[in-house]
Amino acid sequence: MTAPALDRRRFLQVTALAGGGLLVGSYARTALAAPFGAEGDAQLNAFVRITADGKITIMSKNPEEGQGIKQSLPMIICEELDVEWSQVTIVQADSDESKYGVQFAGGSLSTPMNFDNHRQVGAATRAILVAAAAKTWNVPAAELTTAKGVVTHAASKRSLSYGKLAATAATLPMPDLKTVPLKDPKTFTLLGKRIHGVDNKAIFTGKPLFGIDVTVPGMLCAVFEKCPVFGGKVVSANIDHVRKLPGVKHVVVVNGVGTALDGLMPGVAVVADSWYNAKMARQQLQVTWDEGTTAQQSSAWFAARAAELLAKPSEKTVRKDGDAAAAIAGAAKTVDATYFYPFISHATLEPQNCTAHVKDGKAEIWAPSQTPQSGRDLVAKSMGLAPADITIHLTRIGGGFGRRLKNDYMVEAAWISREVGAPVKLVWTREDDMRHGHYRQAGFHKMTAGLDAKGSLVGWRSHVILENVRVGEYPGRFVPNYSLELSALPHGIPTGALRAPGSNGIAFAIQGFLDECAVAAGKDPLQFRLDLLTPAVPAVQGDSFDASRMRAVLESVRDRSGWGKPLPAGRGKGVAFHFSHRGYFAEVVEASVDARGAVTVHQVWVVGDIGHTITNMSGAENQVQGGCIDGVSAALGQEITIDRGRVVQANFDQYPLLRMAQSFSVDVSFIRSQNPPTGLGEPSLPPVIPALTNAIFAATGKRIRSLPIGNQLA
Amino acid sequence: MPVTLKINGKSTTVDAPPDMPLLWVLRDLLDLKGTKFGCGIAQCGACTVHLAGVPIRSCSMPISAVSGQDITTIEGLSKDGTHPVQRAWEEIDVPQCGYCQAGQIMVAASLLKTKKNPSDADIDAAMTNICRCGTYNRIRSAVHRAAALQSGKVTSAAGAGQSPNEQ
Repeated sequence: MTAPALDRRRFLQVTALAGGGLLVGSYARTALAAPFGAEGDAQLNAFVRITADGKITIMSKNPEEGQGIKQSLPMIICEELDVEWSQVTIVQADSDESKYGVQFAGGSLSTPMNFDNHRQVGAATRAILVAAAAKTWNVPAAELTTAKGVVTHAASKRSLSYGKLAATAATLPMPDLKTVPLKDPKTFTLLGKRIHGVDNKAIFTGKPLFGIDVTVPGMLCAVFEKCPVFGGKVVSANIDHVRKLPGVKHVVVVNGVGTALDGLMPGVAVVADSWYNAKMARQQLQVTWDEGTTAQQSSAWFAARAAELLAKPSEKTVRKDGDAAAAIAGAAKTVDATYFYPFISHATLEPQNCTAHVKDGKAEIWAPSQTPQSGRDLVAKSMGLAPADITIHLTRIGGGFGRRLKNDYMVEAAWISREVGAPVKLVWTREDDMRHGHYRQAGFHKMTAGLDAKGSLVGWRSHVILENVRVGEYPGRFVPNYSLELSALPHGIPTGALRAPGSNGIAFAIQGFLDECAVAAGKDPLQFRLDLLTPAVPAVQGDSFDASRMRAVLESVRDRSGWGKPLPAGRGKGVAFHFSHRGYFAEVVEASVDARGAVTVHQVWVVGDIGHTITNMSGAENQVQGGCIDGVSAALGQEITIDRGRVVQANFDQYPLLRMAQSFSVDVSFIRSQNPPTGLGEPSLPPVIPALTNAIFAATGKRIRSLPIGNQLA
Repeated sequence: MPVTLKINGKSTTVDAPPDMPLLWVLRDLLDLKGTKFGCGIAQCGACTVHLAGVPIRSCSMPISAVSGQDITTIEGLSKDGTHPVQRAWEEIDVPQCGYCQAGQIMVAASLLKTKKNPSDADIDAAMTNICRCGTYNRIRSAVHRAAALQSGKVTSAAGAGQSPNEQ
């Protein structure tokens, strides 16, 4: 899969700053008519700003949710610009499509979408500084070198800092981005280093950084009660009583906009002088709801309905190679199992929140959103505002994991602000957050496989109940007779992307069942996987992974983990791999289970291939370790269940997140293949779950086919 | 009603209900935003502050119960962000999103008062705050590093955690 080509309409422009600096920005052609130079240096609105006194500022355009993009995108510019990291100041950009193009954090896409264009920004800026020096000294640009923010002419022993050259550079044309020379990645000096978070000090000293920390003069604080059944409407509420409670300024009934589960849902807002007062008053709020048509749904009903669907012919065949049914019928041995994984919540530690001020048809919004531009569009559409009249400031995000790709909290805050005529900070309680999520969809996978007398897979049939499944999903292409089939189970539960969407459940089912096949074949689970990583049928559209890259990470993790070596009594090792978000990951888990059925993870080994450059080694290691902790955390105990259309779980006492005492060491290693760099927020997560359940099988002989593991081993 | 609180060495009187949790007094009445709201039921520890040197979860502590006692928040842990725990957190580059880290730092700082050289088991027992991003490998390294910095046996900024292997 190639990264989407981006910003085709965009190009760079250089502008002089008052006082002899320069500004390099990327501008859509449509924005050309807008006056730009007049903005001067009072407003940072470009990627690079160099002032005459040598201050270099780099804008970081995408939302920072803990994935480290605030460092890694500017690092790419600095690499090509030839400045030291210590020489630059990093500033978070506001949401502004006309200046920064698409700004979002999702799909592990920030790196693949921006690696090349950020290199071009850095290289083009360097090129005009070199050209400025060449002009100043009247020497050929080819005789000049750059390092640490200084241009040098070795022959005449002259040098000038970028700051001194900025005024001249600002008068020169930007080079064509298509032809501006870029470094050979082998000569990178900054990319691949361990660069620390630029917000670290502010985090460690408690400075306000996050959405929830925003304060605006005259601001009121709000809570918003929605129907416990998704999308339920307000029939009546005791608003006159609540309005009289201490600190309460307004009680607002919101009727909602549209019927979509990701629009503005109906509810009652309690707006007070402090969030505490709003929350206390809400305890006395009594709402009669029209719960709608999904109030009878439950997790038990979903499971029963899924069993019925899986017993019938599937509704749709997504992929068919050869004749799976015939191959399985004629096989020497067959394996048959059904796997399940539940709805789970993102449980970002910073609850959903947003501060908004809507006045005279204009909105100013401070939001911890992964997709501010989608949020702007949702606010515009829901409230009849012009997108151009909505300003969004990006705050640091206290964890995203895909939850903040949705902007329900943003449109709620904006709506409430307009209703009460004041700036409003809306903060959800943890209970609101857990009960009004956009959950990872639950999945059911019924799989049947046939093995020949030598233990090779000859047929595989998957019948899955999911909202969608990729045609290229493994082991398609690797089994000669293969069928991937889909049935639908419509429900009224909002679902959305959660870290490695699709993959975070599918990998568990496929790699768990594959382990069962290896056992049935009497083969080593890792060698069985390696043997199977040779395509059996030619690639078709939608096939997207290179088997040789996957074999390489699998062989590497085999060696690093000491696979096959004797283990202490009671311990087992499990392996799994998965391709997602352009990343190749193979992982080994070593685990044991005690007499009471409690699982201990002793160690995880990860080998990943995300291309030729790991932008920031410190951030990369942190992402991979976190991905493994996250996956194990979900596998051990997390489940959102539905009863009478409502989410049962409300807080962390019912939805356990992994803590220090359950944590484990994660050995992280990368293979630097000759492929374009890709993102790392997601692809380390999916394999760790089946690697864990396969390790549990190796340790105990018990096969986990349903998540969470919970007390299944007791 | 007026309640007098002693926060980061300063006495402050706030007009608030006696059962108002300390967390919201800190955040919304005193504008000390470093202490975070995560769950409201003392589960996650994002709201950890010191009460007479002991870590407490301020979301579930009414101000009437802490009146007059020494309260330290992340803003008051050190004058300039150079407490050994803060330095160690920087050396190891612990955070991902960073939302829980003020609470983690407060717990670690308290642990190091009672255990000068905590074992992994001590860290497991004391560091019960949730990090949703899963930075536990680094938090553990940073607590050990902070112990070394506190002892004065090391002063350099070396040692930024384990290095991933490049192949």
